[in-house]
Amino acid sequence: MFRLEVRTSTPAWFNLALPLLAIGATLVLCSGLIALAGAGVLEAYGVMFTASLGDSYAITETMVRAAPMIFTGLAVAVAFRAKFWNIGAEGQLLAGAVASCFVGAIPMPGPLAMVLMAVAGAAAGAAVALVPATLRVKFKVDDVVSSLLLNSVIYYALMALIEGPWKDTFSGYPISPPIEDSANFPVLLEGTRLHLGVVVALIAAPLIWFLIVRTTLGFRIRVTGENPEAARYGGINVERVLLSTALLSGALAGLAGVGEVGGVHFQVMSDISPGYGYSGIVVAMLARLNPLGVVPAAIFLAAVMTGAEAMSRATGVPAFLSDVIQGTALLAMLVALLFTAYRIRRVGTAR
Amino acid sequence: MPAPLIEMRGITKSFGAVKANEAVDLSVAPGEILGLLGENGAGKTTLMNVLFGAYAPDAGEILIQGEPVRITSSADALAAGIGMVHQHFHLAPRLTVLENLLIGIPGKSGRIDRVGGLARLAEIGRQHGLTLDPDLPVSALSVGEQQRLEIVKALFRGARLLILDEPTAVLAPTEVDGLFSALRSMAAQGLGIIFISHKLNEVRALTHRCTVLRHGRVAGRVDDPANTTSAAMAQLMCGHEIVPPARGPSTPGVEVLTLEGISTSQHSGTPLRDVSLSVRAGEILGIAGVSGNGQRALAEVISGVRAPDAGQMTIAGQKVSRFSPREVQALGLGRIPEDRMTTGLVTNLPLADSMVLPRIGTAAFSRKGLLKPDAIRAFAEAQIKAYDIRCPGPMTRAGALSGGNLQKALLARELAFDPKVLIVSQPTRGLDIGAARFIHEKFLDMRAKGCGIIVIGEDLEELLVLCDRIAVMYEGRIVGTLDSADATIARLGLMMTGAEGHS
Repeated sequence: MFRLEVRTSTPAWFNLALPLLAIGATLVLCSGLIALAGAGVLEAYGVMFTASLGDSYAITETMVRAAPMIFTGLAVAVAFRAKFWNIGAEGQLLAGAVASCFVGAIPMPGPLAMVLMAVAGAAAGAAVALVPATLRVKFKVDDVVSSLLLNSVIYYALMALIEGPWKDTFSGYPISPPIEDSANFPVLLEGTRLHLGVVVALIAAPLIWFLIVRTTLGFRIRVTGENPEAARYGGINVERVLLSTALLSGALAGLAGVGEVGGVHFQVMSDISPGYGYSGIVVAMLARLNPLGVVPAAIFLAAVMTGAEAMSRATGVPAFLSDVIQGTALLAMLVALLFTAYRIRRVGTAR
Repeated sequence: MPAPLIEMRGITKSFGAVKANEAVDLSVAPGEILGLLGENGAGKTTLMNVLFGAYAPDAGEILIQGEPVRITSSADALAAGIGMVHQHFHLAPRLTVLENLLIGIPGKSGRIDRVGGLARLAEIGRQHGLTLDPDLPVSALSVGEQQRLEIVKALFRGARLLILDEPTAVLAPTEVDGLFSALRSMAAQGLGIIFISHKLNEVRALTHRCTVLRHGRVAGRVDDPANTTSAAMAQLMCGHEIVPPARGPSTPGVEVLTLEGISTSQHSGTPLRDVSLSVRAGEILGIAGVSGNGQRALAEVISGVRAPDAGQMTIAGQKVSRFSPREVQALGLGRIPEDRMTTGLVTNLPLADSMVLPRIGTAAFSRKGLLKPDAIRAFAEAQIKAYDIRCPGPMTRAGALSGGNLQKALLARELAFDPKVLIVSQPTRGLDIGAARFIHEKFLDMRAKGCGIIVIGEDLEELLVLCDRIAVMYEGRIVGTLDSADATIARLGLMMTGAEGHS
């Protein structure tokens, strides 16, 4: 018989070991589905790996996919540190995409357009995140529910926009007009889609890490998240910290949308995000809310998404497997987190 | 001597390198009240958790009426007739007294046996003077009544051995008398009782025999507690002699904290009604009272987390205008809260973070919004050394520290910046003699340095040792203030019931 005992301390190497353990468990669990689909497990994972990380082009494609998830992962990590349960990164991403597309369509010099797109997208994401945060601070509305439901509101507002005023009059497709060519983010490697936004995402992670670990705002976010009462007695304005966190979190999620518009799609359509906002939650949890960990976690999920399509073509396993892997990885990580607080002990049967 | 009801033999339990219990023997006979003594960290709680099935011992055995038993869960312990009343109650606040009693007890054909439950409750109440209204929700009970319910719950489940962990820490003096007579009545009927307490006078008054733990081992046994001095028992616990601190004559200076006509609205707990008091530099003012008579609101107002509806407060001569924690801190208020874990420290973060929390925005620990990690670490390390806080280092999770060390950490954090006024609630609740002694000395040091201290407490003996004056609160008002030279436990106890005092 086994039982759980409370741990008094958590070894440092757990930070690395737990995500790896979770990912390992996920791959083992999902191999059953691959076998059910009639493919060889090693072959399928092999194709997945080659197609996502096997050569330099594949790597750039994976990085392009990872960029929005780095931003949404950071958005969620920052919010969850303060225990502001922002499940709304998806909606904040869409709002950021719409705002940046609007700005990007205005003719102006390219660099200026890119900066303004980023500002507008971040502001739009922040504004959306402010809604659940304000409802929580002022009226004690549950932020999980409000931020989650707001995603649908934003999504249908976006649909109304591209089915209505923004609709392409020539083709009749529900897509927005493209942004100005000069506002397209520069491509960093000829022949790939690796754009400026990817680099910005990679720079954002250490900046957010610095903010959380080395600034007074980060200190207040951490303390407020862990013990709001002690924070309040310690002279921290807890409400203000929650609102600041929401603004920061929403802005980061908005930037994910900016990157998709400026660097990948150059316009807004209904499927501009395949759930990058929700994937951000998985990314943040795998990273144990550490902004630096968000980068490898996002790359892992991006590799799964990129690889799943190739695997589907090569072996006939449906590409939906990537969603299953994501979901399983989140659950496995939540289970793995149990080990930070508890240890498993065998209860002796001898005596 | 009758055969032991329960016997623990050679219990050893280690956590990593730390031996929490080593070859501990303990026995309780039917009808016996055993005192279990020891400083914090001596292994009392671990031992009781082994007995109650929360931990599996590494070695040793437990015998019930001579039969070896294996206890691996609280369900096993309950089935073996062991009941435990924890310091923190395990009750469902929205359910009634009767419903709480019947939780987990299977009735006939899946139905709750209300009639049978009522009869048992009335019977237990009659036998031991433990009466409770069966239909009141637990949230409406006083702390003392909730404890009574926990005891009744254990008896209800057929406990033959009852473990009480620091039961008097939450009680007013009159409630303690009631508890003791109930425990004596239970023992008279053949129940065994293990009574864990730091208060030696209570142990001497109640128990028949004591087992004293030190560093996880049995340091000694006391066969006749009533005729053993507290000093002798304290020496067994600590391994050395303990001398109570001497409070020199007071030379109070200017008023450093004044409250004038402070009233609050009903928000949580008893509101304040027209409270006026003052504390002078170099003076310790005690606030006595049964818990729930407005002490919480008083502490909240002084700490700046609650603004009063009426009245004025000054700190070091300056009027408090906004009632925010930051404002009162800036004016020179230090605060040692009653509930260290909830309003004092952040258990999941490194100790260093908790130690700089109230002053993180000051030049000592940050500049232009950037933290000074080296300064934070150095400050924490210096305080850990100065106050002998036992922990692996400043980056240890605060929650891993023992209560006494947490209290030292809080004290260090507040005293490092020479507060002009210090507000303290229940400063030594749950602390052992050595730690309590240390805390008291620090307060007297601060008093000598000209700090004004206000101590909110229920332990009258402690207040009498520490304070120059003692004010008594009853239903949100100050009913009187005594010079501690004129104060006696009896007189204070009377005032705590609402009788008017004379200052």
